[in-house]
Amino acid sequence: MKTRLLLSFPHNLTAEPVTYTLVKRYDLIPNILKADIDHNRQGSLLLEIEGEQANIEDAVMYLRGSGIDVQALKAAIVIDEERCVECSACVAACEIGALRCDEEFKLKFEADKCIECMLCIQACPLRAIRSIF
Amino acid sequence: MAKTIQQINERIASGEAVVVTADEIIGIAEDIGIKKAAEYVDVVTTATFGPMCSTGAFLNVGHTTPGLRMEKIYLNDVEAYGGIAAVDMYIGATQASIAQGDEYGGAHVICELIEGKEVKLRAYGKGTDCYPRREIETAIRLDEINEAYLYNPRNAYQGYNAAANTSSKRLYTYMGILQPNLSNITYCTSGQLSPLLNDPLYRTIGIGTRIFLAGAQGYVAWMGTQFHSGVARDEDGRPLSPAATLAVVGDMKQMSPSYIQPAVFEKYGVSMFVGIGVPIPILDEEMLKTVCIKDSDIAMNILDYSVSDGAKPILKKATYAELKSGEVDIDGKKVRSSAITGHNKAREIAELLKEQIADKAFYLTEMVQSFPQGNKLNSLK
Ligand code: SF4
Ligand code: SF4
Repeated sequence: MKTRLLLSFPHNLTAEPVTYTLVKRYDLIPNILKADIDHNRQGSLLLEIEGEQANIEDAVMYLRGSGIDVQALKAAIVIDEERCVECSACVAACEIGALRCDEEFKLKFEADKCIECMLCIQACPLRAIRSIF
Repeated sequence: MAKTIQQINERIASGEAVVVTADEIIGIAEDIGIKKAAEYVDVVTTATFGPMCSTGAFLNVGHTTPGLRMEKIYLNDVEAYGGIAAVDMYIGATQASIAQGDEYGGAHVICELIEGKEVKLRAYGKGTDCYPRREIETAIRLDEINEAYLYNPRNAYQGYNAAANTSSKRLYTYMGILQPNLSNITYCTSGQLSPLLNDPLYRTIGIGTRIFLAGAQGYVAWMGTQFHSGVARDEDGRPLSPAATLAVVGDMKQMSPSYIQPAVFEKYGVSMFVGIGVPIPILDEEMLKTVCIKDSDIAMNILDYSVSDGAKPILKKATYAELKSGEVDIDGKKVRSSAITGHNKAREIAELLKEQIADKAFYLTEMVQSFPQGNKLNSLK
């Protein structure tokens, strides 16, 4: 299976040879989608990982055990709920229906429907949607 | 029995006033009837939170010594209009930054000031005998300048047309993204909560009406621009197309970023989400009837935004309730519809205004002058 993981490193761990360990010890194929590592501050790494589900789970345990925060990302976009005013301008842009409004005008995002067209990012007047890339 | 605004204010002062929102009144009137509801309820609160381009602020930043007659002015690299007295200026919401273009503009500057942030001021003058200084570069903050008040020439439209696109090209508009081949519809206004739709003939909303403006207590300053009260109306006086607008004014120092937010419409530019709440005094049964307006009573024209030359044709006349349902049938095609307005924010404002009135923190005003009826619009030749 393939999955996307966002790793956030505390400052003392940014040099950890994470990708090497994932390949060697867990037999995974990591693909670095975005790296943002500053050796003095916290860093983040967005990886797409391919491999056996059990191995991915073990690898996540290992990463967390070494003090790295791991988040599994289902979609290519992140909505900043603090900024969002539920205007639904993004709903207009999302032709696939991954973004929609319920009867109470609450914004709903179904990550597995998202085809990563990124149009909602342009559509959001509050600039509350960003790409994880 | 008819009530006056003064009597309603007395009831507010004694803590007896019954205040409900324009959403709640519908059920109350259905339960107890128009006559009883008109006696029981004193005030109905209405609200809207939507993009309103015609928004801006007058600022007076204080004098320097020696003085500078500010003629060219930039706030965070957004030009403010300096063609008024020395240190007075007007910053318009839609003015784009000279540094960041359409991603940042006057709306952002106004909101950063409201948030208490520091804003960079650059100003230039030619130098005169009484104002010899020629330039300044400094920082301002809302609590350190003199006056700062929002003056929005056209807000709170009484109904607004919905938008769609029949062309084969995607359109980027102030009504949001309109997908090609009639694939979606966008619409504004807050429906049955909308201020001017609850007082369609402007019996209680006029010049001098106290309102909730972006968290502050503001006022209706004048009729809004493009005031088109002379549109066709239904038998209850409700306009069948966009009609009146409000010019509003309020003190920025009392405002909250929760109720005013900058907006960027892709390939269009900067605008501002403005939150407005208007209390409607229930003077008599007639007034109560008008505030019972429901989403299904509100006529909305869906216009074809792909036509830019001449009037945009009406693709369909729908009701607000149909648009709100998320899908509208146009000639047998089911077309997705979605709002470009913060419905939940509008509800929040109506609730907040209701609480403020019940808490004796907000009193109603008599208007100073009513709006003209039958006003027509002119076009530029
Ligand atoms: S990226 Fe495209 S498909 Fe995904 S939510 Fe945004 S608009 Fe919808
Ligand atoms: S367009 Fe932006 S602000 Fe509006 S509902 Fe979508 S995420 Fe929220």
